[in-house]
Amino acid sequence: MGAGRLGAPMERQGRDAATSAAAGESVSVDAEARRREPLRRRASSAVPPGSGAAEGVRRERPGSLSGTASAARPRGEGLRKRRPLFPWFGLDIGGTLVKLVYFEPKDITAEEEKEEVESLKSIRKYLTSNVAYGSTGIRDVHLELKDLTLCGRKGNLHFIRFPTHDMPAFIQMGKDKNFSSLHTVFCATGGGSYKFEQDFLTIGDLQLRKLDELDCLIKGILYIDSVGFNGRSQCYYFENPADSEKCQKLPFDLKNPYPLLLVNIGSGVSILAVYSKDNYKRVTGTSLGGGTFFGLCCLLTGCSTFEEALEMASRGDSTKVDKLVRDIYGGDYERFGLPGWAVASSFGNMMSKEKREAASKEDLARATLITITNNIGSIARMCALNENINQVVFVGNFLRVNTIAMRLLAYALDYWSKGQLKALFSEHEGYFGAVGALLELLKIP
Amino acid sequence: MEACLDFIRDHLVNTETKVIQATGGGAYKFKDLIEEKLRLKVDKEDVMTCLIKGCNFVLKNIPHEAFMYQKDSDPEFRFQTNHPNIFPYLLVNIGSGVSIVKVETEDRFEWIGGSSIGGGTFWGLGALLTKTKKFDELLQLASKGRHANVDMLVQDIYGGAHQTLGLSGNLIASSFGKSATADREFSKEDMAKSLLHMISNDIGQLACLYARLHGLDRVYFGGFFIRGHPVTMRTITYSINFFSKGEVQALFLRHEGYLGAIGAFLKGAEQDSPNQYSWGENYAASSGLMSTSPELCPTQRARSGTFDLLEMDRLERPLVNLPLLLDPSSYVPDTVDLTDDALARQYWLTCFEEALDGVVKRAVASQPESVDAAERAEKFRQKYWSKLQTLRHQPFAYGTLTVRSLLDTREHCLNEFNFPDPYSKVKQKENGLALKCFQSVTRSLDSLGWEERQLALVKGLLAGNVFDWGAKAVSDVLESDPQFGFEEAKRKLQERPWLVDSYTKWLQRLKGPPHKCALIFADNSGIDIILGVFPFVRELLFRGTEVILACNSGPALNDVTYSESLIVAEHIAAMDPIICSALREDRLLLVQTGSSSPCLDLSRLDKGLAVLVRERGADLVVIEGMGRAIHTNYHASLCCESLKLAVVKNAWLAERLGGQLFSVIFKYEAPAE
Repeated sequence: MGAGRLGAPMERQGRDAATSAAAGESVSVDAEARRREPLRRRASSAVPPGSGAAEGVRRERPGSLSGTASAARPRGEGLRKRRPLFPWFGLDIGGTLVKLVYFEPKDITAEEEKEEVESLKSIRKYLTSNVAYGSTGIRDVHLELKDLTLCGRKGNLHFIRFPTHDMPAFIQMGKDKNFSSLHTVFCATGGGSYKFEQDFLTIGDLQLRKLDELDCLIKGILYIDSVGFNGRSQCYYFENPADSEKCQKLPFDLKNPYPLLLVNIGSGVSILAVYSKDNYKRVTGTSLGGGTFFGLCCLLTGCSTFEEALEMASRGDSTKVDKLVRDIYGGDYERFGLPGWAVASSFGNMMSKEKREAASKEDLARATLITITNNIGSIARMCALNENINQVVFVGNFLRVNTIAMRLLAYALDYWSKGQLKALFSEHEGYFGAVGALLELLKIP
Repeated sequence: MEACLDFIRDHLVNTETKVIQATGGGAYKFKDLIEEKLRLKVDKEDVMTCLIKGCNFVLKNIPHEAFMYQKDSDPEFRFQTNHPNIFPYLLVNIGSGVSIVKVETEDRFEWIGGSSIGGGTFWGLGALLTKTKKFDELLQLASKGRHANVDMLVQDIYGGAHQTLGLSGNLIASSFGKSATADREFSKEDMAKSLLHMISNDIGQLACLYARLHGLDRVYFGGFFIRGHPVTMRTITYSINFFSKGEVQALFLRHEGYLGAIGAFLKGAEQDSPNQYSWGENYAASSGLMSTSPELCPTQRARSGTFDLLEMDRLERPLVNLPLLLDPSSYVPDTVDLTDDALARQYWLTCFEEALDGVVKRAVASQPESVDAAERAEKFRQKYWSKLQTLRHQPFAYGTLTVRSLLDTREHCLNEFNFPDPYSKVKQKENGLALKCFQSVTRSLDSLGWEERQLALVKGLLAGNVFDWGAKAVSDVLESDPQFGFEEAKRKLQERPWLVDSYTKWLQRLKGPPHKCALIFADNSGIDIILGVFPFVRELLFRGTEVILACNSGPALNDVTYSESLIVAEHIAAMDPIICSALREDRLLLVQTGSSSPCLDLSRLDKGLAVLVRERGADLVVIEGMGRAIHTNYHASLCCESLKLAVVKNAWLAERLGGQLFSVIFKYEAPAE
């Protein structure tokens, strides 16, 4: 853990600014803040929903849209002391994708600008003036959070992703851009923070601060939900998900977030039951996740990108591939209340040679998508029942540009629970771990 | 399917049958074809109803039906003994999809969930990925593959750090996660293995989630996806253990492939009041479980995979637990598990092989007027010989291998070739001889003082027990010297102290108040029943103890059958007033055990016997003979007093028990106060 981050005011980028005393002080401030925070949250949730007071005090959290930021946390001397050096990154290195969030300060004074070292400037310019990096890095411009106040600084939060297999190139870039001279600490989460820790150190001369994946995920979600999405709601749900005419994506106010079942669909799937910000448990997980969908699609269709796989799926017909209840029983299986349209056997029609030959690549991609999605829905539903939780938030990059999966999850959860369970989604799908890592860097509880 | 229907038409359908019961999705699909081909009305039975009926049936009627699969242990199968309370349980049927059913009673069950990722997914997706069309071939591929080449494991994501984090690096983080690339080829084997893991893990996980939601800890798996394939059972067992942290037990069924068909049959037989019967597995006609190592004998697997056989014998009456068992759920009849004990297994298999010639000779001799007796006996020899060879290689083929199952298999094979009772003549002759001696034996007993008489009675029971054609050492003597007498047998007995000797305790007990009612399981005909058991019975009656004398329902070796016991009792009653009045006054009752085995399973006894035991308040159980008191029930705990006695007529077994040939076991046990 690098001490340089702690207590050093960002205005002065001196190497010797950090002291162990400052670290001690900052920890105690931090602990104080932690103690306060849950109390405040509890108090606000005790306010009856719908009452006028609830709106005003609801879930103040450090960092929010600029309009209300000053009231929530004034910029003060103590705050400045705790602020880490720029640049502010949060990194989540998953099995398939690396998610990077970058805070671009927009309130840089002329004096700061003058003092800003060259490498820092170059990073800022590079990241903010491009939307693609190399051949695989992408900035999700539409997700950018504008005019965000973080630790008393105002700026934009950028969301960038690239494949994990390009991690060596990323580290090399860090070396080339002389990151290590900035004495910054990379807060990183995800399995890759362990896997690549040594490379960061030996190649990039960079120290990683490894953070717990699930802590970061939950922190990130709660934080991002609290700041909203550039004035819009972060969380949403689908009405009439099965009906393409009437299906509507509607905002959802997550005013009572707990208890919450959190289903994170990355390469694999993790399912968490969240009872409060600090009280959660991992319920289970499954290896049938986004990686399975994409992996099987590559094998079955020869596609090479996730987007391509989804695009094929959108044009396919899974009923050519799957055996439905009605294929076996001629209609509904009434004895068990199974509707004829339900899938009885995923890929079940592919047992027959003729049907194998008749199925297109698009059909196969669609069936793969439906299979994986239904299975996740089914496991999530069982976990929700076992944990006695009725709101389920699905996040993770499997859901990126994946309306088919989201609508199916929404429908399946509603149908099989007879309306008891609600599927919720969040605009920043896969970035919460990275956001959580950034919050850790900024010591925002 | 058409060929199958033609076969049924040609062989089975008689003119009286109007309706055939069919189940499965195909019952809908093939209804017209069946009706046209067989000119029968098809009664479509609900799939799941049939499945559950079948499952309840096998769990109740087939000993060692359910087993756990344990990787890397020898044997890999661990069989469960029939549990008296099978409900409630979870049945996970893996056909093309997966159905999860909670079974609460015989007739009450509930579909609580399912999954579309099942056997059809393995087959269909497997065929697409590997271009391998056959299900079994896909499994073959899978058993040779390495899933880590295709799956993204925890260690792939965490690097080496998983160890310090306490994570198992081999856990699959993302199935097929490594195949998310366009520029690598993957082997068929690896993909098939990955697919198998993916599906098995998923099913196991869902089964655990449902088991937890419904508070159940036993999950039975059925359906074509399992079908005895070790690699599948292994992955499912692993998954269940992993996801339930050991709290849920994955159980497999020897006859899982037949559940639906058995259920449909039972549905059809319902007009026939099915609760009046019990059923037993016919070892002669049933094919056993397949080998656990498909790599070792693929041809055998392929063959038996297509034509498995299960034959069940309908027993005339329902079978129930002996009400006197201390703990029916933990009762295991057999003393030695030969699947576990390789040394004992080799010995007994060899022993049964060596005895085979004698059995064949006896079978032929028992039917002198039959022209084809020799031919049938030869067929019997081949059949039983091949069963023994199968068991040498797959000891678990019919459940837990025991001396009892070896004996029963021999009886079933004899029956199959129309040798229902090869000893019938011998038994008659011996009964005649023994009856002649009855009065002189009782006279000399009556002349003894009380204490002397008690010992003489016990010695008589033991000496009678030497006359057992089942034991090779004895049949040699009997063949060569038919005059081998009762007295001589007594002389052959070991002197006290016996190998197991609680006679003093027994004598002490006899000095106390008489027992209310004794239940005696008889063994051999002739000297054993007539000069051993009946004098003992007579003494008990004399003391004021009622006696229930239980004999086999059907023949086995030279064991006395119920119908023979009736004749014997009648003859004795004519000579002996004590026996005569006891029979008349219902103080001596003759019943059948419901069994045709030289051994004794106290959890499967004739219901009439159990009722009587309860009515009369039996407080003493006497079990005699090697088959009933040593091979089985040696460790059986009862909730009343019991006497287990036998002469060890097998040198190997005697040595194992720490004694010599003709050592005596006299085990008197009283339940703890």
